Amino acid sequence: MKVKLLYFARLREVFQRSGEDVILPEAVADVSALLAWLRARGGTWSAELAPGRAFRVAVDQEMADPRTALHEDAEVAIFPPVTGG
Amino acid sequence: MSVRVQTGDFDVGAEIARLRQANPRIGAVASFVGVVRDLNEGRSVAVMELECYPGMTERSIEKIVAEAKSRWDIFDALVVHRIGTLRPADQIVLVVVTSAHRGDAFAACEFLMDYLKTRAPFWKKEHLPEGTRWVDARSSDDAAAARWGS
Repeated sequence: MKVKLLYFARLREVFQRSGEDVILPEAVADVSALLAWLRARGGTWSAELAPGRAFRVAVDQEMADPRTALHEDAEVAIFPPVTGG
Repeated sequence: MSVRVQTGDFDVGAEIARLRQANPRIGAVASFVGVVRDLNEGRSVAVMELECYPGMTERSIEKIVAEAKSRWDIFDALVVHRIGTLRPADQIVLVVVTSAHRGDAFAACEFLMDYLKTRAPFWKKEHLPEGTRWVDARSSDDAAAARWGS
């Protein structure tokens, strides 16, 4: 399954990219599995996306939770807690 | 309803005039202007950079405005939020609400501002004398939003 990943703010800086297109294995079907798949890259990925770290995930521009399903061409954004106003 | 995310400044008077235009039923206009301060948590801020999630940011603010309209008896609401490079004393956000009476206008304006702080995807990076830092989310903002229930 092909999905578009986007990173914002501090996470964009530590991952050194604003986004990427990735092909996910069939078993990676929800947000929780995607995060595990990204953590397996090691280094800053496993550190920043570790359970308990403060970050948020949106799927197709809607806030998501670990069980939110992914689909072909989904837009998945990972970002720090927001600080507007 | 109107939601704008822009790099440029805004003219509060002109924005209010546009929102009020020729609606004689409006009896109250409440507005809030957020301004960049030169101090945050005791450190001196020279420049602030604001980033958004184009598309999601506008949509999430539109949802917050729709919720305000369902909770209070208001005519219209405007939210203008700036992104890009800002300096102390620059205007950063504008919320304007029109209604027949002040109670609904005040309440909806405060609600919109509290939710903008905690729900809309914006991130701030401060340039301090010792370097740059991303501003952490504040628990006081979460508490302010939580009092509205959800």
